[in-house]
Amino acid sequence: MKEIIGKKIGMTRIFGNDGEAIPVSVIEAGPCVVVAKRTPEKNGYRAVQVGYDAKRQNLFNKPMVGYYKKANIEPRRYLREIDFEGELEVGAELKADIFKKGEKVDVIGISKGLGFQGVMRRHNFNGANITHGQSDRQRAPGSVGASSFPSRVFRGQRMAGRMGKDRVTALNLEVAQVIGEQNLILVKGSVPGKKGTLLRIRLTNRGK
Amino acid sequence: MKQIAQLEKMYLKDKVPSFKSGDTVKVHVKIKEGDKERVQVFQGTVIARRGGGIGETFTVRKMSSGIGVERIFPLHSPNVSKIERVRQGKVHKAKLYYLRDLTGKSARISEKLMADKEEESPAKKE
Repeated sequence: MKEIIGKKIGMTRIFGNDGEAIPVSVIEAGPCVVVAKRTPEKNGYRAVQVGYDAKRQNLFNKPMVGYYKKANIEPRRYLREIDFEGELEVGAELKADIFKKGEKVDVIGISKGLGFQGVMRRHNFNGANITHGQSDRQRAPGSVGASSFPSRVFRGQRMAGRMGKDRVTALNLEVAQVIGEQNLILVKGSVPGKKGTLLRIRLTNRGK
Repeated sequence: MKQIAQLEKMYLKDKVPSFKSGDTVKVHVKIKEGDKERVQVFQGTVIARRGGGIGETFTVRKMSSGIGVERIFPLHSPNVSKIERVRQGKVHKAKLYYLRDLTGKSARISEKLMADKEEESPAKKE
């Protein structure tokens, strides 16, 4: 499977062939460098470990520097394993242009953290009536269970709490444009997270 | 952010004629019918311009056989092939939504008679 690591830059719009406006997310994808390989003989599975986003060496501790030195690669901020089809040697580079316009991709990332949210925002509860005499209950969750039986609240009861910052996969998005020299991939629609969020972009696994 | 600005530049029009709210404009719109393409002209009063960069749009209102019709055009859309300013209006507001509630004589906009210096404003800044 084709896969690459990238960063969300933001959103804008572009115009298509018929002049229609296409809302796009701009993703800076790669360049990712292969740092290590996982082989069935040695590790029991097949994958490549890639590094993304080069940073100065003095920002890493010595063991990490040594690890990168073994592969003769400048230290990278992120290390991720990807399941990549085809052979890749250590030091090989993956760039945004592995994807082409018109392909369908899934984009995986961590969604924006929204903090502690009530039940209406977090679980789309309806809240209570505005009329009918009750006070201060308009956004309350209502009853969370029955009475002396079962005398407890069932596990999984939806309540207020921390919202967001979950791993989210945006499925089956169309690649609207690829700008190879700047390593940008433009994907139709929105992708998880805020600007700067680390993203995985892979060829979609949705139906054929 | 720099990357987005750079990207948008590829899609921005080189030159956009200067026009403001209150002006009467002719908008030449490309329309595709099957595989034929033709240009339709929509003439009316600009009642709003909003947004910036590639997302900038303007709203044109006209009376079509007694019924008010408004169209919103993306300024940089390739389908908007030409914008002609027919008449400059003298207005006090940037958004002329009040025209929707007015009919007949009160919905007129008086003409600005001073010659406008700025003819064409470059949309791209280097």
